[in-house]
Amino acid sequence: MKPVVIVGAGPAGISAARTLLDHGIRACLVDEGLRGGGQIYRRQPEGFQRTARQLYGFEASKAEAVHRTLDELAPLIDYRPRTLVWNAEDQRLDLLRDDHADSLEYSRLIVATGATDRILPVPGWTLPGVYSLGAAQIALKYQGCAIGERVALCGSGPLLYLVAYQYAKAGATVVAVLDSAPFSAQCRALPALLGQPATLAKGMYYRAWLTAHGVPVHQGATLAQIDGEQRVSGIRWGTHTLACDAVAFAHALRSETQLADLLGCAFAWNPLNRAWLPTRDSAGRSNVEGVYLAGDGAGIMGADAAQMAGERAALALLEDAGIAIDQQRPAVLERQLARIQRFRQGLESAFPFPEHWAAQAPDRLMVCRCEEVSAGDIRAVVDEGHWEINRVKAHCRVGMGRCQGRMCGLAAAEIVAERSGRNVEDVGRLRGQAPIKPLPFGVQVQP
Amino acid sequence: MALFKRLADTARPAIAFTLDGRPASALLGDTLLTAVLTCGEHLRGSDFSAERRAGFCLMGACQDCWVWLEDGRRVRACSTLLEAGQAIRRDPGRTA
Repeated sequence: MKPVVIVGAGPAGISAARTLLDHGIRACLVDEGLRGGGQIYRRQPEGFQRTARQLYGFEASKAEAVHRTLDELAPLIDYRPRTLVWNAEDQRLDLLRDDHADSLEYSRLIVATGATDRILPVPGWTLPGVYSLGAAQIALKYQGCAIGERVALCGSGPLLYLVAYQYAKAGATVVAVLDSAPFSAQCRALPALLGQPATLAKGMYYRAWLTAHGVPVHQGATLAQIDGEQRVSGIRWGTHTLACDAVAFAHALRSETQLADLLGCAFAWNPLNRAWLPTRDSAGRSNVEGVYLAGDGAGIMGADAAQMAGERAALALLEDAGIAIDQQRPAVLERQLARIQRFRQGLESAFPFPEHWAAQAPDRLMVCRCEEVSAGDIRAVVDEGHWEINRVKAHCRVGMGRCQGRMCGLAAAEIVAERSGRNVEDVGRLRGQAPIKPLPFGVQVQP
Repeated sequence: MALFKRLADTARPAIAFTLDGRPASALLGDTLLTAVLTCGEHLRGSDFSAERRAGFCLMGACQDCWVWLEDGRRVRACSTLLEAGQAIRRDPGRTA
């Protein structure tokens, strides 16, 4: 019999696997990571000594619970770490592990592919020493390293303050935090944020801690330029300059949707995420029969929601397979998810998307770091009359490189929209292509 | 000069490797990216201007940290753990 497969061993995927096993289904859990946990609860490699408290702070007990669940599940299910799903089609996935290709048939599939940082490039962002905020966090959490000696953290979103706090607490020198959102936006968002007082309190604690420890926080400050020749030497914003040797920046997160795309899931524009997302019902069912979506890969809601959505999707799968479940549980989960969704709306107004970014991006800004396509190159294509994002890609190669637009795709769409006088949702959606990540030459395909 | 700065868990065993033929040392549990960037400043040259790059996302998404190993494999430095004796070679990149 074909197995139930879950892609992604973060909070959503692990919770889905647990729920399925509780109902007698031993799923196949495929994950690209070394030790599971996803990004937010990523585990350090063997041999590191830091405690969960040091690594995950307030989230330590949640992280430990997720890891414990995975460790319990691993011998009981078909857990496949270090395995990339590089293609997906009806009832079949193509896998890659240690240069060996394989295929995996599935009866039903839960897609929990997570997220990456949402990047709005600035001049100088390809210099050594510049990273995404998530990367800065991984360097510390996974490797015990800071990205430099004097670190500037920029952009917006809750991760900005969390990373700043974690860096300063670990003994790194944080020379500045630049939040592009004005303080007034965060005050306006307070009523919605009060729906999750514990999460709000943590955010305020990080902020207060930074100030108390002398870390300069600048609000309404938009990173304009990163200077340096061979590596970062400083940053500029407004009329300010500041010497530093490392920068991390991002504006919240974006969903990893390539597999949902290859599976034929319908997509709809989601104004809150400012992104095209695969559509799902409140239980996580996509429009493709037997394909379920959970976690940040289907829309950014954070780790707590991902865990609930993973369980909810698994329950939907069980119901659809004719397996009895606790009839009260889905409603409980959906109520909790709705509450987090309201909080998420508050976060979006506290850390609003910088809508002026595209208009302010200079022509020389390299938008696509793989293919080295500048904002000016993209605008030239728009000026020839093209405005559909896949058409623009065909003309100037933006989003066509190794990362498949993960880093530049959203920024490119913003530039095309601004230049062509359209709303960003009207310039279309970059289509996913297999392989969704590069495959090495000489891959061994098993017969 | 190094790009990354070690802050914690520095008592792990040292392991030797080579970077572009020169002997270097890192710690057990380091990724190739950490190993290279705690003793050097970049990982690869870009494909169109040979501009120096040192990775960006550290989570296997940006594909800007690929390095060569002696056995001919090309691997993502951020998601590959260093093994003792490995010979890492940085691609100088190309100019268009």
